[in-house]
Amino acid sequence: MSLTHDEICELKEKANAVRISLIEALLEAGSGHTAGPLGMADIFTYLYFHQLKHRPQDPDWADRDRLILSNGHICPVLYAVMAHAGYFPLSELKTLRKFGSRLQGHPHREYLPGIETSSGPLGSGLSQAVGMALADRIDHGKTSSKFFYCLTGDGELDEGQNWEAIQLAGKERLHTLITIVDRNNIQIDGFTEDVMPLESLKDKWESFGWHVIEIGGHNFEAIDTACDQAQAVFDKPSVIIAYTIPSKGVPEFERDFRWHGASPGKGPDDIVPKGEQGILALKRLRTLGERVCNECND
Amino acid sequence: MNVTINMMYEDSKLNPHLFDTDVEQIPIRQGFGEGLLSAGEIDERVVGLCADLTDSTKMNLFKEKFPERFIEMGVAEQNLASVASGMAAMGKIPFITSYAMFSPGRNWEQIRTTICYNNVPVKIAGSHAGVSVGPDGGTHQAIEDIALMRVIPRMVVISPCDSIEAKKATLAAAQINDPTYIRLAREKTPVITTVDTPFEIGKALTVWAPSEGNAEVGIIATGALVYKALCSAHILQEQGIRVKILNMHTIKPLDVSAVISLAKETKRIVTVEEHQIAGGLGSAVAEVLAEHNPVPLRFIGIKDRFGQSGEPEELLEEYGMGVTHITDAVIALTRV
Repeated sequence: MSLTHDEICELKEKANAVRISLIEALLEAGSGHTAGPLGMADIFTYLYFHQLKHRPQDPDWADRDRLILSNGHICPVLYAVMAHAGYFPLSELKTLRKFGSRLQGHPHREYLPGIETSSGPLGSGLSQAVGMALADRIDHGKTSSKFFYCLTGDGELDEGQNWEAIQLAGKERLHTLITIVDRNNIQIDGFTEDVMPLESLKDKWESFGWHVIEIGGHNFEAIDTACDQAQAVFDKPSVIIAYTIPSKGVPEFERDFRWHGASPGKGPDDIVPKGEQGILALKRLRTLGERVCNECND
Repeated sequence: MNVTINMMYEDSKLNPHLFDTDVEQIPIRQGFGEGLLSAGEIDERVVGLCADLTDSTKMNLFKEKFPERFIEMGVAEQNLASVASGMAAMGKIPFITSYAMFSPGRNWEQIRTTICYNNVPVKIAGSHAGVSVGPDGGTHQAIEDIALMRVIPRMVVISPCDSIEAKKATLAAAQINDPTYIRLAREKTPVITTVDTPFEIGKALTVWAPSEGNAEVGIIATGALVYKALCSAHILQEQGIRVKILNMHTIKPLDVSAVISLAKETKRIVTVEEHQIAGGLGSAVAEVLAEHNPVPLRFIGIKDRFGQSGEPEELLEEYGMGVTHITDAVIALTRV
């Protein structure tokens, strides 16, 4: 069933709120990643507010879907969306990266209920998701009602371990496994195709036995359709290659790889002075939010 | 060999034939295979994952009995560690096997982050540890694995002395929630213990003690070299030198009280391991004694070198881990 107009409006508004929250958290922290979290805010919002079977008040609920974040450095968006979903108070976002916080600089499963795996070192999330899907199949067979969503970066696919996991998932025909690749074309040192060419990503995954779906990662209808399709594919794992804009929502930061690992106030200052980066980001997102509201209320 | 059995610690219920020339010899890894099979029979959460070495790590016994709980991973040790982590997060008790050089050698960071940092009960069995792997040569002789594993928080490190102890260690590992490394060897090894020999993770086993009075030198040994230490004790006994030997099958958590108590009794300690001296059992013992009860120490182990091809016995001699080396170290210490 496709998303209704109202549902899309709600998701857009929520995604914008998530973006604002994560920027506020980064400003408070004074460090952390900006481009990936902003770029993935729509997909995270869709998953937590429309797709995942989960219970924020009962994060260990055994029958929940699993969301495995492999590129742990984009955790500001995970924390922000979890707070909005009710896992913990929004005010706790201000503790990001601080001593004693449950919101570690890279996620730790023991610190925060609802985090499935600790991550940060790249390339091992997919292996863990494969392990979870395998274990679930041993227990529940091919008709398990759970899905395992693994979110990876694109630069992260440089790591050879991913391809070990990709070939095992293909061999084992793990159809409950759905990987979403954040294809934003940037990594720390530059554009992915300059640092280490990944294309043709589609052909690579297909040749390993995966069902491949390519979408625009800021289009909720496309995200929804892709997830529906991935869930319907049987006897094959699916990968959704989601083309996203790094730093989506703050035009001055968008598509610039230098925002990969910088927080507002610490980013490149040739376009926006450091001292104005935080205020500008919040201003742009609030303006965007007003526009979304106006469109939806028309 | 004419041996006075009463010199062997009675409570340890060791193999009464261990000094016979035709003492039974079984590879330590065989005990792992049997232990895993038993663990699988006891607990259906036990699963096995192997990186294309199913027969030589003896996981084949488990695979044949429980094919639905066995995953063939291919030659992919990084994936091996992290897939096991994912299975453990879903409630399984995964055992993963390869040669120790590749797991935990190649996949150290995956073990650190996805197993230990995540705190999931994955059991890593590293076979073919030590130079006694023999003809395969230095690339396949893991002599750094104890150091690599014991430095990671939460990791339990077990180095069984024979196949019977390996079976007990495997069964015990399946019953604890901690990530665990079990070090295994390829070659046939004299069977020192019996089914009645006590085994408890973290509790050292006294395998040799003077029939009366205190020992002059304490030997703390691990793995297959416990047998060499016993042979050395037998020779030393004939020379009138009284030693006491601890089989330190668990290197982490180390039995600190047993180490301190032995040092207080003997005032001199020799450690024995088929591993680099840097970071291994000797280092672990030295860390404890330096802080709590400093005594003269000597280390039998590999001195910052790589292995090479050869027969196991000639390699142990080349690298200073033969019976004579142990005996000489003990005698030298008695003069300190």
